[in-house]
Amino acid sequence: MSLRGRALVFGDDVSTDQISPGKYLKLTEAEAGLHAMEGIDPTFSSRVRQGDLLVGGRNFGTGSSREYAASSLRIAGIAAVIAPFFARIFFRNAINQGLAVLECPEAGRIREGDELDVDVVAGEVRDLTQGFTLAATRLPPHILALVEAGGIVPWLERRLAAERAPQGPPAGEARGPASGEQQGLAAERVP
Amino acid sequence: MGLTVSEKIIARASGRASVVPGEIVWCAVDLAMVHDSSGPRRLGPLLERLGAEIWDPSKVIIVTDHFTPANDQTEVEIARVTRDFARDRGILRYHEAEGICHIVPLERGYVRPGMLFVGADSHSTTAGVMGAFAVPIGVTEMLGVFVTGEIWLKVPETTRIEWSGRLRDGCMAKDMVLKVLGAIGDDGATYQALEYGGEGVYALPFDERIVLTNMAIEHGAKAGIIPPDEVTFDLLGGAGRDAAVYPDADARYLRLIRERADLLVPLIAWPGAPDNVAPASAAKGERIDQGYIGACTGAKYTDLEAVARVLRGRTLASGVRLLVAPASKDVMRRAAESDVLSTILAAGATLLPTGCGACAGLGHGVLGPGERCISSTNRNYPGRMGHLEAQVFLASPITVAASAVTGVVTDPRELL
Repeated sequence: MSLRGRALVFGDDVSTDQISPGKYLKLTEAEAGLHAMEGIDPTFSSRVRQGDLLVGGRNFGTGSSREYAASSLRIAGIAAVIAPFFARIFFRNAINQGLAVLECPEAGRIREGDELDVDVVAGEVRDLTQGFTLAATRLPPHILALVEAGGIVPWLERRLAAERAPQGPPAGEARGPASGEQQGLAAERVP
Repeated sequence: MGLTVSEKIIARASGRASVVPGEIVWCAVDLAMVHDSSGPRRLGPLLERLGAEIWDPSKVIIVTDHFTPANDQTEVEIARVTRDFARDRGILRYHEAEGICHIVPLERGYVRPGMLFVGADSHSTTAGVMGAFAVPIGVTEMLGVFVTGEIWLKVPETTRIEWSGRLRDGCMAKDMVLKVLGAIGDDGATYQALEYGGEGVYALPFDERIVLTNMAIEHGAKAGIIPPDEVTFDLLGGAGRDAAVYPDADARYLRLIRERADLLVPLIAWPGAPDNVAPASAAKGERIDQGYIGACTGAKYTDLEAVARVLRGRTLASGVRLLVAPASKDVMRRAAESDVLSTILAAGATLLPTGCGACAGLGHGVLGPGERCISSTNRNYPGRMGHLEAQVFLASPITVAASAVTGVVTDPRELL
């Protein structure tokens, strides 16, 4: 899963109140998506382009569990979010929404407007403008499967379809992805 | 090797004898809570799309607290969708306008020691006050729980916070939270579980303990947990003892934080983030326009009692408004039956409906550009309570009340 796009860079502790302000909570998901990042950059929705890569500072997505924070970025066109580390609810929400999130300790080296090439599977962020490659934490296979499926809803659709199929679920798929322990993932970072 | 409380509950919920931090396990969920913003309006269409049913309606709680009482037709519609969903899907634990989603399940005795609880709201860590492992999740994640009754969790490392001594007069549990937040930051426990202990914690009334687990999320934590004691069991009418979970003597902690409650002074968080912490006395004289007593954090019965104590025989500073939104209808009733509510109103405060309200930038009491508020709530990121250029100080209810009397940020001990 490779993503190429332009970096939009933000600082530390960007909160969900800034990514998707509370006053938009009562809107639909699609409507709220038009106001992504409005609480920190009112020009964001006019300058963001499909496939842009959002680079955040430490603790990106701190605050509430509102899923609009993740879905707004996806709807705005953001292909992946890269940050040294994330607030854990935002991290899981992004995955469940099919929005790739990469924990990249040195993300602070990326500058506004840099052209990036991100390999989500390998956990690599290449800055083509500055000419360096940064390591990012690799997502465990069962988490990657959720991202690649487009989020938990399409993933559940597949799983339920398999369970309802007359021949029964395919081997090993009966209970969804194998546990991390079975796949030897205990050392990988997932909040 | 011994286990922490969180590890024991996760092991039980995942059908294992033991788990270690870092393991990813599938857990059976004992109780799942959603509210009107995170719940049926989003989950209903998704369940229909999947053609799926709720795995066990008796394990689901729905609380309408964000958009009630309705302010416009959109909110009317959200409340209706929520109500219909509960009726059509056989969810009996449905509560509309009865209080905030983190308080009502505690008042009703739904949350029990040892449970694995998930809630579609970040402050769902609150339920850990009952000795449950309570994890906040997003709404799509909740869809998975509704359909399967399970959730995958990575077993968190545990940080233990030990409070020795007892709080002195003028300090509250909010000051304990702010103290630790100031020390470790709003990302200081990211991905971790917090386990609380020590005399300073167990000397607190239950209402006050709620503040500790409620604001576990403000440290970035996945859960905050207080192992139960007699106070907990009394609240449950003697139930819950059999399922109570305690840490092993040789449990392994990532970090042990020791604090002294007896040395604490009233604290505030400067506007911008909950970890901008300083003594209230250091912000002395900072002008405020509004005091806000509200939210799951700061409008429980003992909070209103503390506010009334400061306001008794006093009036609000000229030009300052004090808004009080009780955490539940039960809290409001108790305050009305005692002299707490009349004392607060006599001082000039405004009573608001119970609900999330301005804490979440909703309902009544949101702030305008340049306005300054001191609030008993849990979060003060830019824009949280309304306008991006409004400023919010976080403080204990007693500090908010003292500041509303003087019109400037005030150490409450000056008025006691």
